[in-house]
Amino acid sequence: MRAWRRASIVAWVTWMLASVFAPGVSVAVEPAQNWSDITRKARGQTVNFNAWAGDEKTNAFIAWVGEQIAKRFGVMVNHVKLRDTSEAVTRVVAEKAAGRDRDGTVDLVWINGPNFLALREEGLLFGPFAAMLPNYRYVDTTNVRSNLVDFTVPVDGYESPWRRAQIVFVYDGERVTEPPRSVPALLAWAKAHPGRTTHPNVRNFLGSTFLKQALYELVPDPEVLQRPPTDASFASVTAPLWAWYDALRPTLWRRGEQFPDNGPAQRQLMNDGEIDLMVSFNPAEAAVALSAGQLPDSVRTVVFDKGTIGNTSFVAIPYNAANKEGAMIVADFLLEPATQAHAQDFRQMGNITVLDLAKLTAAERAPFDALPRNPALPTSAELRRTLLEPHPTWMTRITAEWERRYTK
Amino acid sequence: MDDPHHGRVGAAVHEVTRARGGVLRLAPALTVAVFLLPIGAGLIGTALPAFGYLPAIGGRAFGIAPWRELFASPGIATAVRTTVVTGIAATLVSVALALGFCAVAHGRRWTRRIGGMLAPILATPHAAVAIGFAFVVAPSGWIARALSPWLTGWALPPDIATVGHASGWPLVLCLVAKETPYLILMIAGALHQVPAARHLGIARMLGYGVTEAWLKVILPQIYPQIRLPILAVLAFSLSVVDVALILGPSNPPTLAVLAVRWFGDADIANYFPGAAAACLLFAIVVGAMMAWVALEHAGEAVGRRWIARGTRSGAASIGARAAFAMTIALCAGSALAIVGMSIWSFAAQWRFPDALPGSLTLGNWSRLWASLAVPVATTLALALAATLIALLLVVCCLENESRTHRRAGDRALWILYVPLLVPQIAFLFGAQVLLVSTGLDGTFGAVVWAHLIFVLPYLFLSLADPWRALDPRYARSATSLGATPLELLLRIKLPLLMGPVLIACAVAFAVSVGQYLPTLFAGSGRVATLTTDAVTLSAGADRRVIGVYALLQAALPCCAYLLAVALPAWRMAHRRARWT
Amino acid sequence: MSGSMRRTSVPPGPEARAGLTLRGVRIAIRAHVLIPALDLDIGPGECVTIMGRSGAGKSTLLAYIAGTMEPAFSAAGQVAIDGVDVTGLAPEQRRIGILFQDDLLFPHLSVGENLAFGLPASLRGIPARREAVERALAEAELAGFARRDPATLSGGQRARVALMRTLLAAPRALLLDEPFNKLDAQLRHDFRRFVFDHATERGLPILLVTHDVADATAAGGRTMTLEA
Repeated sequence: MRAWRRASIVAWVTWMLASVFAPGVSVAVEPAQNWSDITRKARGQTVNFNAWAGDEKTNAFIAWVGEQIAKRFGVMVNHVKLRDTSEAVTRVVAEKAAGRDRDGTVDLVWINGPNFLALREEGLLFGPFAAMLPNYRYVDTTNVRSNLVDFTVPVDGYESPWRRAQIVFVYDGERVTEPPRSVPALLAWAKAHPGRTTHPNVRNFLGSTFLKQALYELVPDPEVLQRPPTDASFASVTAPLWAWYDALRPTLWRRGEQFPDNGPAQRQLMNDGEIDLMVSFNPAEAAVALSAGQLPDSVRTVVFDKGTIGNTSFVAIPYNAANKEGAMIVADFLLEPATQAHAQDFRQMGNITVLDLAKLTAAERAPFDALPRNPALPTSAELRRTLLEPHPTWMTRITAEWERRYTK
Repeated sequence: MDDPHHGRVGAAVHEVTRARGGVLRLAPALTVAVFLLPIGAGLIGTALPAFGYLPAIGGRAFGIAPWRELFASPGIATAVRTTVVTGIAATLVSVALALGFCAVAHGRRWTRRIGGMLAPILATPHAAVAIGFAFVVAPSGWIARALSPWLTGWALPPDIATVGHASGWPLVLCLVAKETPYLILMIAGALHQVPAARHLGIARMLGYGVTEAWLKVILPQIYPQIRLPILAVLAFSLSVVDVALILGPSNPPTLAVLAVRWFGDADIANYFPGAAAACLLFAIVVGAMMAWVALEHAGEAVGRRWIARGTRSGAASIGARAAFAMTIALCAGSALAIVGMSIWSFAAQWRFPDALPGSLTLGNWSRLWASLAVPVATTLALALAATLIALLLVVCCLENESRTHRRAGDRALWILYVPLLVPQIAFLFGAQVLLVSTGLDGTFGAVVWAHLIFVLPYLFLSLADPWRALDPRYARSATSLGATPLELLLRIKLPLLMGPVLIACAVAFAVSVGQYLPTLFAGSGRVATLTTDAVTLSAGADRRVIGVYALLQAALPCCAYLLAVALPAWRMAHRRARWT
Repeated sequence: MSGSMRRTSVPPGPEARAGLTLRGVRIAIRAHVLIPALDLDIGPGECVTIMGRSGAGKSTLLAYIAGTMEPAFSAAGQVAIDGVDVTGLAPEQRRIGILFQDDLLFPHLSVGENLAFGLPASLRGIPARREAVERALAEAELAGFARRDPATLSGGQRARVALMRTLLAAPRALLLDEPFNKLDAQLRHDFRRFVFDHATERGLPILLVTHDVADATAAGGRTMTLEA
């Protein structure tokens, strides 16, 4: 996926200029509090669901969601395809600057992390609404901290979770008999098998998360990562990371001089037989790719023993959304057990559910039990070991430091 | 209407156009306005942010801060060095190969057949060839697969850097593969202006071999005509983005890619160093072109001394023959590249080191059919619109030339070449700002207009010579039979020139299909064509998907060419049949 | 480009003679035969004139002898110079000079460089080559014209330079394809004199093609007429 943020600049520029001409109207609309009222008001609305469109499987899933919701609730879902979530953020910001406080063009946006922070800080989100959703009671709020804390920012009901991601490592089972299960073990493995592993360019979120993952295990006190770094703390905290990386780099594919641009590029390398071990944000990636013929049948997944970074993706409703009720219907539908199971089916998306299966009745749990098994899928026990995302500033500084050190 | 001014203005325009030969007289001015004005405005629009001025995103103060950022960014020196080295190397090699090829191929019986083989390579967009090349030369690519493991002993791909190599040699190779046929075509066109056959005959009778004679006698005479195409190749090689994205190094990339990357960055503040990078690239291109022209003098002096020595068949002939062989090899490589990606589009699974996929399937096509509909339709619509508008403008210009009996001179040729000499990114930056301020960015019309800027020169250059070469006696006899100029145009000239017109349209069509940056900038990322999608996907999507896109990218212009060649032939056969 | 012709390499037999020899030369275009069978011996310093109407095949015959005949024609027959069969050789190896009615001086080279173009490569060294060029210019009564642009010369001057260029290449035979056509009467006379004097001085067999009887008379040798 190529992050074309230029459209965001364009939207920003357009709306900044347009704001000169558009009259400002500030009226806040309060939706009804009762769920059946919400369902009634939502009927006939068309929800502009702004979501990243870089993966054909996700797009297909969103299309399926749209079909189901249209049938059951009479609500139309329009998938506004984004190359990057920040495009939607910029649009809302620009609409606010233009004084457009209702009838906004963005009804629902798939969001997390820095983008959520941006909207939350400016007061551009409608809510708190998550608790109003009937299906929210199934969400796992005890074991999966990332459902409540989004990149160190408390969610407070301003966004509703719908899918999870977690760092895993995918390897070719035919060539790798003993996959590494920790960051130091990864270095040892790479030394034993030079040129057989790599990571995406650190400018890509997967590449920077690879470094963050390594940092977690190499730093004595991981809690320091939840707070923003200072110049002094950054240097001392990341020192073991660079030492480890300096040892790792010569053993990487192409001796660490070249990197694949993103996750899919990395996957193609594995399919070509150029690497045997790679990092991924999608635990079902191996299973999905295997069934699509994008990776050999021998691929397997491993999660590090000490846990790996995981995050939750949410949907949020901008303060000026024109179809808030319809948006809430969509958010609620996404949390329905049958929907979550459908998403978890690796033949569809291979999503990890945000629900706590223990909270479901046997009947509600049935779709999960009926999911097809695949040897390339990690077990849910393995996926319990999640680490929280560090403060966003760590990512920007690590990326800049990596570029400074290794881009000559 | 009631507005008195309206009537007066209308009357004045009517007077002007009537006095100066009709509306047609406005055609050349209009054509030049279509692309000179935007390019000029675009250059200014890029230069201003480079010095910090872009109020829309908060830059109000002039300053050199963007330049300081540019030169402080990691790897900038390497990026500039890579750009200059690959750009100049690609130009030098393709010029040498093209000249050598023409020297060897001149007048041979098989020349026309080989010329026919060059056409598909010329028609295929750069991005498609680059994608195919990436597969052919990769260590896990086709060459390696064909030779493994029986020759190389590789069971797994070796850890050798090819695609993305820091030196940029795959980038140079792909550029040469595409530019050499283009230069050969330009040289072939220039040969018509010179009594080549007679001069070669004389030189041969004086004892010189054909190759040596061509280099000593023909080349100096045609060089002034191929100077502009060579400079266009130089400008393109230095500022290419799509091929560099696919084949070039990425850490750091070439300067053009760096500029595009900054332009699209999440952090809006990177827009300014991006504009500075685009300006730096413009300066590099201008400097390189000036250096080339200056070197021409040195080249001329060396050439004269070489000719004076009188060698009848020496190192130059051997070099030309080597160049010929290399050109054939490169063309074969390009063909392999396209064929390789076509096979991928039908492959179910193709693992290293199989030379061919284990099984074939139509599944890739059926899966992508739905999502391909929009890019294909957009590509076709853009290409048709740009081609038709350009055709209208060019025909008006040429017709105006015929009627006023004034041929556009050398200056006009330089003006025509301006879009090809100015690096795209240097003015597309600014053009986009203009489009945004008028709210036209992202519209279909804006992208058509952006394509038009590049399609027009190619269409004009393809159609001008056949048009001007049309026997004037046809026109004279038609006029003496009482035909009006319009009837003459529609019923005599255009039907007679149907072949060249269709070929020129096919050229224009191919140029439009292959455009990457203009679609990206004018469309603000919202207009998706086959080429933009293919370049985006080339970063790592499933090679089967990329194969589908590459094959379509290559197929569309080739179909246009086939149509352009087949239609007149069909018409001729049809007409003959009616009379037998 | 030699067109289609039987390449018979006959070694010099007892009939080998000095000068230009044609044996059984036959030229046709598709089914139409232009020259059925031509035997011709031209001795050193001798000039044979071939006359005929346009389209009779005169220029094609010269092209065949020179080795530059168009592929559309078909031809057979042996061409020998000084007893050596050159029928199978490429044009650049035949050492035959040719003059056309257009001087065809190379516009990108000066007069001196044009002349030097004809000098054999074996003459090495800039001083030696320059001296040879100066001598040729003096012979042509164009001393000091070495640096001039050919376009600044008059028609007659250019014609003289063209001949000198051809002669500097040391040919063993000289073919003249209506070289006097573009010159006016007086120039024609002077240039004719110039050509024949220099060619006979070097002992070259000359084959002249023309439609002007005065040229044939001035040549003073045998005359043949080709039927159309």
